[in-house]
Amino acid sequence: MATAAPASAVGTKPLVTVEDLRKRFPVSTGLFERSHSFVHAVDGVSFDLARGESFGLVGESGCGKTTTGRLLVRLAEPSDGRVLFDESGAAPTDITHLAGADLKAFRRRAQMIFQDPYESLNPRRTIFDTVAEPLKVQNACGPHECLERVSRMLEMVGLTPPEAYLFRYPHELSGGQRQRAAIARALVIEPIFVVADEPTSMLDVSIRTGVMQLMQSLADRLGISYLYITHDLAVARYMCSRIAVMYLGKIVEMGDTEAVLQQPKHPYTQALLSAVPIPDPTVTRAPVRIAGGVSTPVDPLPRCRFYDRCPIADDFCRDNDHPPLEDKGSGQLAACYKA
Amino acid sequence: METHPQPSATEPTTNVATPDPVLAVEDLTMYYATRAGDVRAVDGISFAVQRGESVGLVGESGCGKSSIAMALLKLLPENARLIRGKILLNGADLAPLSDDEMRPHRWNHIAMVFQAAMNALNPVYRVGDQIIEALDAHIRSTPEISMERVRELFDLVSLDPSFIPRYPHEYSGGMKQRAGIAMALACEPDLLIADEPTTALDVIVQDRILKELRKVQEALNMSLIYISHDMAVIAEVSHAVGVMYAGRIVEWGETVDVFHRPIHPYTQTLMSAFPSVTGPKHKLGMLTGEPPNLLTPPPGCRFHPRCPYATDVCRSEEPPTVRSGSHWADCWHPLDGH
Repeated sequence: MATAAPASAVGTKPLVTVEDLRKRFPVSTGLFERSHSFVHAVDGVSFDLARGESFGLVGESGCGKTTTGRLLVRLAEPSDGRVLFDESGAAPTDITHLAGADLKAFRRRAQMIFQDPYESLNPRRTIFDTVAEPLKVQNACGPHECLERVSRMLEMVGLTPPEAYLFRYPHELSGGQRQRAAIARALVIEPIFVVADEPTSMLDVSIRTGVMQLMQSLADRLGISYLYITHDLAVARYMCSRIAVMYLGKIVEMGDTEAVLQQPKHPYTQALLSAVPIPDPTVTRAPVRIAGGVSTPVDPLPRCRFYDRCPIADDFCRDNDHPPLEDKGSGQLAACYKA
Repeated sequence: METHPQPSATEPTTNVATPDPVLAVEDLTMYYATRAGDVRAVDGISFAVQRGESVGLVGESGCGKSSIAMALLKLLPENARLIRGKILLNGADLAPLSDDEMRPHRWNHIAMVFQAAMNALNPVYRVGDQIIEALDAHIRSTPEISMERVRELFDLVSLDPSFIPRYPHEYSGGMKQRAGIAMALACEPDLLIADEPTTALDVIVQDRILKELRKVQEALNMSLIYISHDMAVIAEVSHAVGVMYAGRIVEWGETVDVFHRPIHPYTQTLMSAFPSVTGPKHKLGMLTGEPPNLLTPPPGCRFHPRCPYATDVCRSEEPPTVRSGSHWADCWHPLDGH
């Protein structure tokens, strides 16, 4: 499988700049009561996504990775912070609070691929209707050209010959074919930025490699940058040149994928990596060093989010704010006082 | 016919010193009746599980691995039929038993942990009460003894006893799966079947559940059938492994042998398709096409339409069994030295 190009080689100005992004959800306390508690789902996240790059957001369920992805394509509106989108490399647009026609125009450039191809395709619509919908919503082309573009897209995602798939329904397709149709739908409008939320986690392994390779070759051919969201560190290793590890709404470690996976600096990344089973019966993993279970980020205390579960935390960690992301050498940043 | 006792030096090295099968499955065949015809979900499966042994069944969706689990417990949907075969549990055949006759075996001798533990627990009853109910149905005892047993079980799977009187919605995903394991262990079964018990869980929680399972399995000298699509998890929990494809076991052997010297091309592809977080990045394997429709399985070897090594004989003739000690596979073009 082709490895993604290093971030430095694919353009100088970032395509997407995320600045101190936050999303809070109120915790419902009762029917008529105003909520005073908030889940801090995304809590001060900042990163750049380079042109042509595939950037991975990894972490366990509830860490805020999917919410971050939804904020970046404006399927949700941030509570605070900014998202800048710079297609030309000269004039960044603040997309944080876009609305109306501006938001619709942004959707031509940014799309999302969802995890479950069984739920993301409307069972009552043909593959043609589903894939053509973004073109119709955007009034991108007339009916004749529409058919042509959908056919070309189906061919690109490997649903060939397209005539054999155009007028079929999702239930007639296998899981792998459905995910290919979902990818075709996201890419038919020719976006340059795609948030892919666990696009292969529902697929069988023997099918999965093909979809991963397809996503990489389409990125190269169409000049797409991915925000690739996954819980699977091994998949991130193959799909992403850089990754950020999230824990309770915060990025705790970020850097070149190989550096983060081979020499993790943050105790959470270390625990997460040591918990991944190794497909070799003669290898015994080191014990996983982490205490307790995941809590929810409801009104978190002003200290390191990982404090309660950290094997190396001390009084300093308890008495100070959540640590900033700092350079820890070998091309990676970590948010830890002790690393 | 073997007339001389084999010298122990030539015995294959297994994790189990003497063969003492808790379960022996012979030629198990189960079809689902559909409007389009019979779906051959389990088609002539044979294997054995020794006492205290952990056996993994690995394969992709639709290969029949979960159907085997349901067949062993005889928890079959209405359209499923056992066509032939034996399910010998401690020597007694479960296959011909009726539902009523089956009841004393379930939980007592053979129990199951499901993938969706959250659905296996009844949301409107306290977890402790659900385990006591399972106990009372199978073991006569007093409420005090039952409660003591629940405490033991919670301790065994490292659940806080303060959660005994709580409801399932107060449990996290990992805790529900532990409760599912505790319930399955309530009557100390000889054999536990775990069907993808950690698939819905995050890796750190999965790591703990796997440790817990190994611990109780050793403590109780219980046999385990662990069903998963994940080769890495199977590598960690199983002494022996069966690789399934299209309703059949296509390769069987000790886990080390199957992982380090696969015989069947499908096994090899399945392993190479798994990305790894450690070691060098290898080229990921993949298969073209889709698994066969089990209404009309392909003739010859069922894997031939997707096999890179397939020849004419694979397309027409059932593959022979290739053996190397206790390790075997059904294939016309076995791999060696890979």
